[in-house]
Amino acid sequence: MDNSKNISIDEIRHLARLTRIAMNDKEVDSMRDQMQNIIENIDILKEVDTREIEPTGHSVDLNSVMREDILGESLPVDDVLLNAPDTQENFIKIRPVFD
Amino acid sequence: MNDVELKNLTLSKARKMLDNKKFSAVELTESFIKRIHTIDNDVKSFVTVTEDYALEQARAADKIIETGKQNLITGIPVQLKDNICTSGILTTCSSKMLENFIPPYDAYVSKIIKNSHSVLLGKGNLDEFAMGSSTENSRFYPTKNPYDLTRVPGGSSGGPAAAVAASECLFSLGSDTGGSIRQPASLCGVVGLKPTYGRVSRYGLIAFASSLDQIGPLTKDVRDSATVLQSIAGYDPYDSTSLNVEVPNYLDKLETGVKGFKIGVPKEYFQTGIDPQVEHSVRQSLKILEELGAHVEEISLPLTKYALSVYYILAPSEASANLTRYDGIKYGYSTTNGISMWDGLEMTRQEGFGEEVKRRILLGTYALSSGYYDAFYLKAQKVRTLIRKEFEDAFSKYDVLAMPTSPSTAFKLGEKTDNPLQMYLNDIFTIPSNIAGIPAISVQAGMIEGLPVGLQFMAGALQEVKLFQAAYAYEQATDWHKFSPSI
Repeated sequence: MDNSKNISIDEIRHLARLTRIAMNDKEVDSMRDQMQNIIENIDILKEVDTREIEPTGHSVDLNSVMREDILGESLPVDDVLLNAPDTQENFIKIRPVFD
Repeated sequence: MNDVELKNLTLSKARKMLDNKKFSAVELTESFIKRIHTIDNDVKSFVTVTEDYALEQARAADKIIETGKQNLITGIPVQLKDNICTSGILTTCSSKMLENFIPPYDAYVSKIIKNSHSVLLGKGNLDEFAMGSSTENSRFYPTKNPYDLTRVPGGSSGGPAAAVAASECLFSLGSDTGGSIRQPASLCGVVGLKPTYGRVSRYGLIAFASSLDQIGPLTKDVRDSATVLQSIAGYDPYDSTSLNVEVPNYLDKLETGVKGFKIGVPKEYFQTGIDPQVEHSVRQSLKILEELGAHVEEISLPLTKYALSVYYILAPSEASANLTRYDGIKYGYSTTNGISMWDGLEMTRQEGFGEEVKRRILLGTYALSSGYYDAFYLKAQKVRTLIRKEFEDAFSKYDVLAMPTSPSTAFKLGEKTDNPLQMYLNDIFTIPSNIAGIPAISVQAGMIEGLPVGLQFMAGALQEVKLFQAAYAYEQATDWHKFSPSI
């Protein structure tokens, strides 16, 4: 196995931070073991010769679609705000961003 | 209508009977609602049942049928997988994160269902955010396989597959990112179609992996599958990956048979981890296709063994980006724990997402992070190019390919939940077509110890007509599609 593909506890903590998911020690441990196992298995891709091969992002060839700038109907504000945890007038209310 | 009549009913039979006034849409709907009340406590295929709304739609359908302006699916009772947005109706993704989410708009396909006055009976259970192969990752409860309630229905469209198999609706729409329509169809003995990527609009389908996700039907037989695709295929400016290509008539050539058809059978689909009895059933099916006049030849697609790895890099990478939107601010679950906005965000995601979802978000973030991007994400995209090319070459010589849908029949509940990698292997035969964007269908091809087996066909991009032709010819030459569970 390629040693560079060993995932450390600190790396899992870093990933948790990047993804904005709080994790306790037990969750971090179990995540490390499972991810290690998965990554060792997906590492077989290095066997494939991909020199001079272009990457595929989508299986259909996409072109940018242009359209006329015509005003359409919007969703009613009340319907959109219905799912917001907290609102004030026509706004979504959030907790303080700065301490 | 009694249970036996309901079990024998297909969409196309119901269409004729509705049009000939053998029964009304309201009567048909009442029969299905009664059946849901009787058996869904055991099967658990529904997350939400929309009884009153269904009856309202059925009454409207009856009026339309009276005027002769019905289309293929008017008055037909349907379920939608609960990751397809329905305006004003709970859409949960079987996640705590969206437990109380009421979409303010309809998905493209939901709008078609609504405008056709198809009768929406409710929403189907799934693995949370469509991540899983057994429906055990549902936040609410696992769905059971109607053939054996101690076994899984497959996933992630386990609710839709079980609902069709148990005759709780006439068809359901699922989503397929790596096999999520076909694998449960195989395990529940129904027909599951993943159309060509872009053939059916994804607008309003809650995104998992956007370059792989595709909506498709789960039905009782191949004719119904073609009928539903006819109703939902087409261009939608609201989905930038939707194909602006004419929709052919999928029913025209359905009965033309497979005489002279060239069918390739990739040997790699019989090599890794396949149950010998599943292999036997599939090989028997290939003989039947030969007897029907098809030329069946073994071929090799050597890159097949890399598809699973490509998938488990690309799908989590896309998911990690798509799922950043769940922040507890605009909609969805929001924790009351923590003090600042940042605490709230991190704890909302800790409490709102299940284990598999978190695993994929972290895995995807890892594959996209600097230092690993080239080795994982970019590498996977390049191998994707090669896999696509391998299929293109195969379809320059063969009309369709045939292979098993899943390496095994339905497994026991809890059997694979402790080992994510073992669970991922269920999709080994379905993932390649998502990577290549090509259409594929699963039809029932046998019974092993009381459990259904699936036969899969794949075709080149936009060649659904050929797919239906082969699947229909096989289905009609056998009796497997007439089986239904005893429940």
